[in-house]
Amino acid sequence: MSCAAVKGTVPIVHSSAKPDATVNPCTLCAPLGATLATVGVRGAVPLLHGAQGCATYIRRYLISHFREPMDVASSSFGEAQTVFGGEDNLGRALDNVLAQYHPELVTVATTCLAETIGDDVPLLLTRYRNRTSSALPLVHAATPSYKDGHVEGFHAMVYALVKALACNKGVPARAVNLLPPLVSPADLRHLREIVAGFDVAATVLPDYADRLDGVILGAWGAGELCSPRTIAGGFGEAERSERGRVAGGGPKGKANPPRVPISNQYRALPDGGTRLVDIAAMPRALASIDLTLTGRAPRASKLLADRGAPARVLGLPIGVRATDAMIEALSDLTGAGRPAWLLGERGRLLDAYADGHKYVFGARVGLYGDPEFVAALAGFLLEIGARPVFCATGARNRALPEALTALPAGSVDEVLDDTDFESIGAACGRHKPDLLIGNSKGYRLAHSLGIPLLRVGFPIHDRLGAGRILHVGYRGTTRLFDELVNALLQHKQDASAVGFSYL
Amino acid sequence: MSFDLLKERRAQVVRNNRDRAVALDCNKASAAGSVSQRACTFCGSRVVLYPIADALHLVHGPVGCAAYTWDIRGALSSGPELHRISCSTDMREREVVFGGEQRLEASLRRLIAQHSPRAAFVYGTCIVGVIGDDVPAVCKRVEADVGIPVIPVLAEGFRGTKRDGYNAACGALLTLIGTGDTTAVKPHSINLLGDFNVAGESWIIRKYFEEMGIEVVSVLTGDGRVDEIRRAHGARLSVVQCAGSMTPLAKAMQERYGIPFIRVSFFGIEDTADALYRTAERMENLEVMGRARALVSREITRVLPELRACKNALAGKRAGLYVGGAFKAFSLVRALRQLGVSVVLAGTQTGSQEEYQELQSVCDEDTVIVDDTNPLELASFLVEKDVDVFIGGVKERPIAYKLGIGFCDHNHERKVALAGFEGALAFAREVRATATSPIWNLMPRRMRAAATPMGDKP
Repeated sequence: MSCAAVKGTVPIVHSSAKPDATVNPCTLCAPLGATLATVGVRGAVPLLHGAQGCATYIRRYLISHFREPMDVASSSFGEAQTVFGGEDNLGRALDNVLAQYHPELVTVATTCLAETIGDDVPLLLTRYRNRTSSALPLVHAATPSYKDGHVEGFHAMVYALVKALACNKGVPARAVNLLPPLVSPADLRHLREIVAGFDVAATVLPDYADRLDGVILGAWGAGELCSPRTIAGGFGEAERSERGRVAGGGPKGKANPPRVPISNQYRALPDGGTRLVDIAAMPRALASIDLTLTGRAPRASKLLADRGAPARVLGLPIGVRATDAMIEALSDLTGAGRPAWLLGERGRLLDAYADGHKYVFGARVGLYGDPEFVAALAGFLLEIGARPVFCATGARNRALPEALTALPAGSVDEVLDDTDFESIGAACGRHKPDLLIGNSKGYRLAHSLGIPLLRVGFPIHDRLGAGRILHVGYRGTTRLFDELVNALLQHKQDASAVGFSYL
Repeated sequence: MSFDLLKERRAQVVRNNRDRAVALDCNKASAAGSVSQRACTFCGSRVVLYPIADALHLVHGPVGCAAYTWDIRGALSSGPELHRISCSTDMREREVVFGGEQRLEASLRRLIAQHSPRAAFVYGTCIVGVIGDDVPAVCKRVEADVGIPVIPVLAEGFRGTKRDGYNAACGALLTLIGTGDTTAVKPHSINLLGDFNVAGESWIIRKYFEEMGIEVVSVLTGDGRVDEIRRAHGARLSVVQCAGSMTPLAKAMQERYGIPFIRVSFFGIEDTADALYRTAERMENLEVMGRARALVSREITRVLPELRACKNALAGKRAGLYVGGAFKAFSLVRALRQLGVSVVLAGTQTGSQEEYQELQSVCDEDTVIVDDTNPLELASFLVEKDVDVFIGGVKERPIAYKLGIGFCDHNHERKVALAGFEGALAFAREVRATATSPIWNLMPRRMRAAATPMGDKP
């Protein structure tokens, strides 16, 4: 179904959900997003309330992308729970998760099944707490996939975490909250680095960088590490009590074994993630920098603003202008000067633009993926003289069309909202893109059209190193720009019989 | 072992004692909160029917179940590729409240008109079972109009285990079998059940049988075609590879059409040779048996030198395996033994009581045998048994790598054919590559033991 809206002189078509089947979905389901947001909290275990398959499919999917362990518990509904309710199974699942993982937090996201039979999860959790007198924080997010996709599930869980845990209204602290969308571990690490450049602490929520950017810590052999803090990503903090989070390896019950280097052990709950104490302190921050697009859903940053930390809503920093906006906001909030190294990175990006601008000028690009990525990439493409011929998302929160109205009239030929790859394929027929930018799900489409695909975002399950892809900041944009130019060059080179070796 | 098993899982793990097989607790719902590696009933039905390449596969439910099963198996087709698209009725709140039958019917009609499939399968997901859509009625209505079989596969995720999903898939196949013309089927003929043509494995096996003079009437379901399945009842014998998923179908075909079945495996050279000989035997024809002998001897001569080289490189290595069904586990234990690798950990997602007894009889003393395990247990066993190479699926992979252990994917997503004689060689190469890679010498696990810093020469 499509309805044409007119923006400026160029029609923008919103092709929303079809009256019948979705073919080749451009979204995953809501509990996946909730799961990923959960593992961005230190010591947190995600539990899905429903049948076993939901947890397993999501695990398999996230493992294919991150290539990291992804333990997701399930309340494993059978027919009895479907008929009589899932309270007993939820209780048993929580007991077993506590026994195996010794978590600091468990989140419970609901599947379609639990929502449809109408389990009142907040009530069940209260009853569990009363029954067990457990002090463990339990956070619930309603994530039925008949309403939402992974993008909305991610936002819903971040909102639930803030709502339940960010309650400390004490003295203002010299810290900045950063609320990113579903970005890569490399992005999270770089965002932290940028904020740290302004001499201010960052509370990033969620921050799964260290948990999902696998580290096998060995050592150089004999010798001490000078300071645990020298290991990027704050592994030093992992020195604190281990609470039995290791399977295999050392004898049970003994006091904390030496933590670095990790030897022959499997980390049931890998280090990393935002600490609960830092989440609690979020209302005391100077401000929240919110890089998400939540559309119809409420913003976690708005909630934090109500509790004391004002919100700055910015686009994902991809491109010079978008990154400048974030730098400006940080400088403004902290009163600190802009770090020289960032200026250097900005300069190198501008230099790359100069070197490559002719290759990308007028290039017709089809964009698809999560709203934040698509909106930011559209801005980036316009900045370098390429043309985003269509911008597509499978998200249902209406965030993308809303965000794109900020672009100058006529910037984008078509917007596809709440769409699938069948519709995106049709849009390719209408707009004849030279290249697609998006996740691995568009590979077969790009392949069938004989055009390159530049892989960004999530999921990327046909290449190695999805977690190491840096998209954001001047540095990430430089990498993206190089890749974009090179994809176009390679395509031209491969298609030519001449075999030019200088381009 | 320093790791405490969950109380309700203790009877699902044994340490093998060959003199006294212990009854393993199995074939039951996963413990809540255990982080089982299993999927659901829907998944069981979906993976079995998935490779039928000229059928429409429509998942009736919210979008996730279809999204996760889009192009999920490396099941190849020699022709149409309808199985590689993901179709969902993408139910929304409106359908959950008012019912999804209308949307299902519209979806079926549109997709059938658009893609002209030879049949359509409609998979029910959890909430369809709850809200009570009459899926069979919709299928019947559409079938009457469009003239192709429209088959409901009602295996909602919560209905049981993955095994129950296999049964539902077998039931769906039975509605097709027996509806085709079998007059042209040759006297020496079989159906191959439980091969899914992952990475082209059905093609390897089919080629063997054709060389032996045996007609493969249908493969269920690798490189599957609806019209071939419809005439499957014309075959003389069912040759069952993935017995876990396909035994119900083989039994039903025996009852209904008098077709006997044998259980075989094409993983490893011993099992492959055995499978070909036993099939030939059942054809009761000396010429067929003669051809089988010639084929086996030629192929073994071809692959044996390199298999020996792999065996030398792998001497003394220990393997762990965790697979879907027990029959693959039996085969892998033998195939690994042939390579000089002992299996010290063996588990399955869906094994039955009898299957575990057989697994205990083929495994060495003190092997850990486990049903429906989870990541923490696996990690603990891998460390305890000092495993060098772990064989499983994508979900098991990071557990091995984090521990500095090699890994070999023997699940849906592998891109290298591991069946037949050439498959046995590919498997040996992969096990060698991952178990003897020099990178492990840099990892904490091997740092002390790194006697040969360069590892194996590839």
